[in-house]
Formats: sequence, structure tokens, C-alpha cells
Amino acid sequence: MFSPYAYIAFFAVVGTAFILGAFAMSWFLSPSRPATLRKHDNYECGETPVGMGWVQYNVRYYLFAMVFLIFDVEAIFLIPWAVAFKKLGYLAFAEMAAFLLVLLIGLLYAWRKDALKWV
Amino acid sequence: MEQDPLKTYWLKVYLWLQGLWLAKGLPLWGFELITMVLVPAAIFGFISANTMFLIWLERKVIGRIQNRIGPMLAGPRFLGRISPWFGGLLQTAADAMKLLLKEDILPARADKWVFYSAPVVVFVGAFMTYLVIPFGQGMIVSDLNIGVLYILAISSLSVIAIFMAGWSSNNKYSLLGGFRAVGQIITYEIPLVISILCVAMLAGSLKLTDIIEAQRNGWFLFALFPVFILFLASAVAEVNRSPFDIAEGESEIVAGFYIEYTGMRFAMFFLAEYASTFVAAALAATLFLGGWLPPVAVAPFTWVPSFFWFLLKTYLMLVALITIRWSWPRPRPDQFMEFGWKVLIPWSFVILFLTGLGIYSNLLWLVSLIFLAAILGAFVAHRSGLAATTRVQKVTI
Repeated sequence: MFSPYAYIAFFAVVGTAFILGAFAMSWFLSPSRPATLRKHDNYECGETPVGMGWVQYNVRYYLFAMVFLIFDVEAIFLIPWAVAFKKLGYLAFAEMAAFLLVLLIGLLYAWRKDALKWV
Repeated sequence: MEQDPLKTYWLKVYLWLQGLWLAKGLPLWGFELITMVLVPAAIFGFISANTMFLIWLERKVIGRIQNRIGPMLAGPRFLGRISPWFGGLLQTAADAMKLLLKEDILPARADKWVFYSAPVVVFVGAFMTYLVIPFGQGMIVSDLNIGVLYILAISSLSVIAIFMAGWSSNNKYSLLGGFRAVGQIITYEIPLVISILCVAMLAGSLKLTDIIEAQRNGWFLFALFPVFILFLASAVAEVNRSPFDIAEGESEIVAGFYIEYTGMRFAMFFLAEYASTFVAAALAATLFLGGWLPPVAVAPFTWVPSFFWFLLKTYLMLVALITIRWSWPRPRPDQFMEFGWKVLIPWSFVILFLTGLGIYSNLLWLVSLIFLAAILGAFVAHRSGLAATTRVQKVTI
């Protein structure tokens, strides 16, 4: 009666409802004591926190994201190819191998340029 | 599936109840609506009970590995008297009750709504993957034709939730944990996708029941042994489990992204972690160990219900994951990232290529055999001290 994909949305809604129910139960049952001097501080090994927690981060992170994006888009091309692999024949396999070789050359370039170094 | 008549207990029960409902003259959509609510409720109950059991099991296995007996006091005492390995069965239930009764604390400088919604997103992401898990023959909530792709897509949601938790806490440790989690998941998603692609190439489908049916003549574990190792390595990283739990890193960044969470919200992260670990193990069992198929299709094995085989295989994989967790130390984040990009990703493409060649030439078994021999060879070399001496020499130079 319902499309099999209707369950996806339904599961999301019901899952959220269960979680909110669990939180509501905890809200009823758990104590709420008045805040003491340091209770709502962030944890920093018991010391008073220094500055904000939102610190700046190394830009190399961005390079990883770029390389990842290429491979993730490539995965989208690969999935239909893999499902139809046995029907497509040798030529499609050779074409995909060539495509992957180009990508691997790109990975090798990133490697040589030290983009794959997590600092 | 077509040539095999779907005569399973659950379908029979479902049709029997539907018959009762229709006999009362009630509309069909009402029945469907009730089942649509009851099925997620059953899965939610399964996740909760299973997580409690899994944490207990994990603590017992850790105890065995570390030469102690683990939790003993909470739970039926007579079980502990039979053997210490059965003691403390209700330990996790007691822990869950304790977490339920704990105060919910919001850090003063946290980003309130992001902080509150992160545990919801992380759990819903883990919960939604249960939609396509084939628990047994005919025991699947919705048999999507893109099953595995759906699991990949939904399980990536967890990284958003982890980053939400890490960012919104306004804590340096949790922010580092969030950053690490993003780097980790984008790195290890590529080998995971490639390993699943190899399975799809052999099975010719992304639908999980089709993949199981394709394994009637032999599990993919034998045909795709290198892929299995690749899947296991990247799945451990994807579900943030030790040794690849650099996002939590208790000994360096305290607890990573959930450092500021208390009570039930903290418990949700645990629930989601164990729920997704179960999904990873279930996926390994489904893709490589034949899912709910009996190991051999002869009389005494085929009498056993299909969900028993599924759970047995999944729990075997879970014990393997737990053993992995307590056998290797956590790598440093930079080593971990470099291992992903410079070892696992190039190798995953090599394995993809070899799988393609193997399918065309019917020599997949040879690839698996060579790979197994290489692993065994490395293990023997390591055990006999060959690998260890070279490593020490490298360090001293």
C-alpha cells in the first residue's frame, strides 16, 4: 500500500519521537539542583576554562575535504557501473579502469605535493 | 527469492492478523498504519535490549582478555554461580537506570539548540539504518532496491551529529574530537564504498536480499576475502570504534565530542554507537557470511529459523570487533589519516581492479587465496620476530 520509501520518512519521525520520549522521561525523573559557582563551566581538566572553545584550525583540513569530494563523486559514477558490471562487458571495465587511473594519478599528485599529510 | 516460496513465520502471523482485522470489517489502511507504528517500536526495543546485552558482552570479553571476570553483582546471582562468565547480566540495565536518573546539564557557553539536537540526530541516523537490515527470511522492514547505498548514505549522518556535538559544546577537547571525526569519516568512507562496490559487482544488485540470495552457492567471504578485510578495517573506522576511535580518544582528548553531555543525552551517544556497531556487524554478516542462509543447506541446518543464523553470524562478527578493539592500541590521528589515504585507498582500488578481473576470468578464489597467504605470511614473519627487528632498526637509525 505504502511505497517502500515511505518508511524512510516514517522511521525518521518515529525515531525522533522515541528519543524525545526518552528525554521527557529523564526530564521527569532526574533532579535539577541549583547551579553552584562552577557547575556550568566547560570541562578543562578541572581548571577555569581559558578563552572560548571555538578555536581556529589548520587549513590543511580543507585539502582533505577537496580530495574526498573528488573520490565521493567518483563513487557515484562507480555504483551504477558496479551493479551492471556483468552485463556491460570488457569494454566498460577497461573504460572504468582508465577513469580510475586518471583519478589515481590525481591522488599521486596530491600525495607528492604533501596534501595528504595531517598536521 | 522468486523460486523460493516465502513461507516464513512472520509473514504467516502478519497475514493471519490481517485476516482477523479484515474479518471485523475494518479498513486495510488502518492495519497498515498500526504495523507501521509497531514495527519501529519493536526495532527500538530490539536496539535497547541488544545494546544492553552487547555492553555486558563487551565487558565480559574485555575481562577475559585482561584476565579478570568483569561485572558480577547486578543480575541473577545463580547464573554467576554456574560460571563467572554468566554473572552480572543486568549490569548495563542498572547503568542505564542510573543515567536516566542523572541531572541534565547544559554548559553555560554552549550553543543550546545544536547541543540539544545532536544526540537526537546521532540516534535517528543509527536507527534509520535498521530499515533495510534483513533479520531473517522475510524479516525486513522495507526491502529497498538500493539497500546498501541507503545504509551508506544514512550512516554518514552520524558525522554531522558528532560535529554538531563537538562544535556546540564550546569545549576545546570536544571541538578536536569533532574535527577528528570528520577527517576520519571522509577518509574511511572511500574504502568502505569501494568494498561494497566489489560485493555489488559480484551480486549484481544493491538490494540486500538479492545479495544474500547470490550467496546460496558459496559465501562471498571466500570469493572476496581481500574485500572482507578492507570492509572490516574501514567499517571499524566508520563506526568510531577502537582502535580507530580517535574522535573519542579517552587518553588524549578525554572523551572527545561528548565530553559535556550528561545523563540521558550521554546515554544516547552510547546507544547510537552500539546500534551502529551492530549494523556494521550485521552488514558484514549479510554481505560476506551469507546473512540468514544456513552454512550448509542440508536437513538439520535448514530446520533452524533463518533469524537464528543471522544473529549467530552477526554476534560472531561483534565478538571479532570487540577482540579487535582490545588487541590493538589507538594510532595517532596523523598516522591514522595517512594510513587511510596512502595505504587503504590505493589498495582499495587495486582490490576493485582485481575483483573485476577475477569475475571475468572466474579466478576470484585465486585472488583470495594469494591474499590469505600474504596475510598469513606477514603474521608468521611478525611472530618469528622478522618484522619486529626491522622496525627496531628503523627507529635506532
